[in-house]
Amino acid sequence: MSNNGKFEPRIVAFLCNWCTYTAADTAGVSRMKQPPNVDIIRVMCTGRIDPVFVLKAFAEGADGVIISGCHPPGDCHYTNGNYKTFRRMPLVEMLLQQYGIEPGRFHWGWISGAEAPKWAELTREFTEQVRKLGPLNWKKQFASKED
Amino acid sequence: MPGNGKLKLGLYWAASCGGCEIAVVELREKLLIVDQVADIVFWPCATDFKYKDVEAYPDGYMDVCLFNGAIRTSENEHLAHLLRKKSKVLVAFGSCAYEGCIPGLANLFDRESIFRRVYLESESADNPNKVVPQTAYHMPEGEIEIPKFYNTVKTLGQVTDVDYFLPGCPPQDPQIWAVIEAIVSGNLPPKGSVVGANEKTVCDECKHVREEKKIKKFYRYHEIIADSTRCLFDQGIICAGPATRGGCGALCTKVDIPCRGCYGPPPNVVDQGASLLAAVASVVDADTEEEARRIVSEIPDPIGTFYRFSLPASLLHRARR
Repeated sequence: MSNNGKFEPRIVAFLCNWCTYTAADTAGVSRMKQPPNVDIIRVMCTGRIDPVFVLKAFAEGADGVIISGCHPPGDCHYTNGNYKTFRRMPLVEMLLQQYGIEPGRFHWGWISGAEAPKWAELTREFTEQVRKLGPLNWKKQFASKED
Repeated sequence: MPGNGKLKLGLYWAASCGGCEIAVVELREKLLIVDQVADIVFWPCATDFKYKDVEAYPDGYMDVCLFNGAIRTSENEHLAHLLRKKSKVLVAFGSCAYEGCIPGLANLFDRESIFRRVYLESESADNPNKVVPQTAYHMPEGEIEIPKFYNTVKTLGQVTDVDYFLPGCPPQDPQIWAVIEAIVSGNLPPKGSVVGANEKTVCDECKHVREEKKIKKFYRYHEIIADSTRCLFDQGIICAGPATRGGCGALCTKVDIPCRGCYGPPPNVVDQGASLLAAVASVVDADTEEEARRIVSEIPDPIGTFYRFSLPASLLHRARR
């Protein structure tokens, strides 16, 4: 995304159906101010988010990735899907760091269905944070013509 | 097939260690059978054909070319294109050609940092004039050239069209033999298939007993004496078995060494490292985020652990430059 050559971050957000997606929906219905940079992909549970989703988002042009679901311990609609998330994501963070992707490009956490303002604030703050980091443009890292 | 009824067979090594050549020699007396059914028309490791001989062959002259090694230099890439043109069937032979393998871990760095480390900083370097490889050098007699060292290691399939992929570091000789038999009999699977391996994971071939996995602490292999009956993963040793294609016969776990993933991802897995990462995370026995973070923070070198053989073939291909 780019207007008049100005960098507009492209952010992919994987949100759980039961908590953060509901919050995002409420934020929209309530007309809370949100930047248009965040593309939401709804999944049934954050525990369903394979690390491949995050890597593929970055590989195909995302400048930032958000994962958000139900608060642990007790909010998960499926009892313990969010446990899978918090066991998995610290390792994904370590991996991304070794790939050279700044920690500021990846956010994971919890926003319940009742926290719409928190979601709207996250989209604003995260977009600005990624904007400061600049374009990632991963495809450029792996040019077909080698130099 | 040519006049004498024999296959024309070529073998080549690009960026590799030579282990794949040894794997071919490991066919032992069966090599004599290979000799009966095939004429070797190119094999730099064992025969004296030159590049100009290959260049002189008509296109599609070789029936089969077994290409091992990753694409590290302009020479590797040139030969990949040349051998593609001269072969009817091009096989990415071994982990390097298939998915980058150990040479591919150099994708954590780039040309400049590798040259600096190797030629200037390494403890054994004696290089007072700080010479690093140049692609061209002018001498009174003229200019000489050496191949260009690329920033990024690629797989064979990333620079040219490949017919079959034969995984393994190195491929195990019964599997090589099965593939040669398939080639000789003309009984080949659809183009693009992985051959000489199974459709299931290494765990399927492993004899260790699996229980429910609950890991409070991960161990590196040298930090623990493994129980040789129980699943190594259950004991906190990271084993790539769940994220690795079978076909090797679980050779490593047979002697209590964890699988390192050389046969590449199982069918339908896009990214072997992400798959192994998910498997590792799923056994972490933590009830809070802090505890999970503490347990996984003891895993050193995540890319080297999860993508030991597959970094160039992974979704991100390399570390950021």
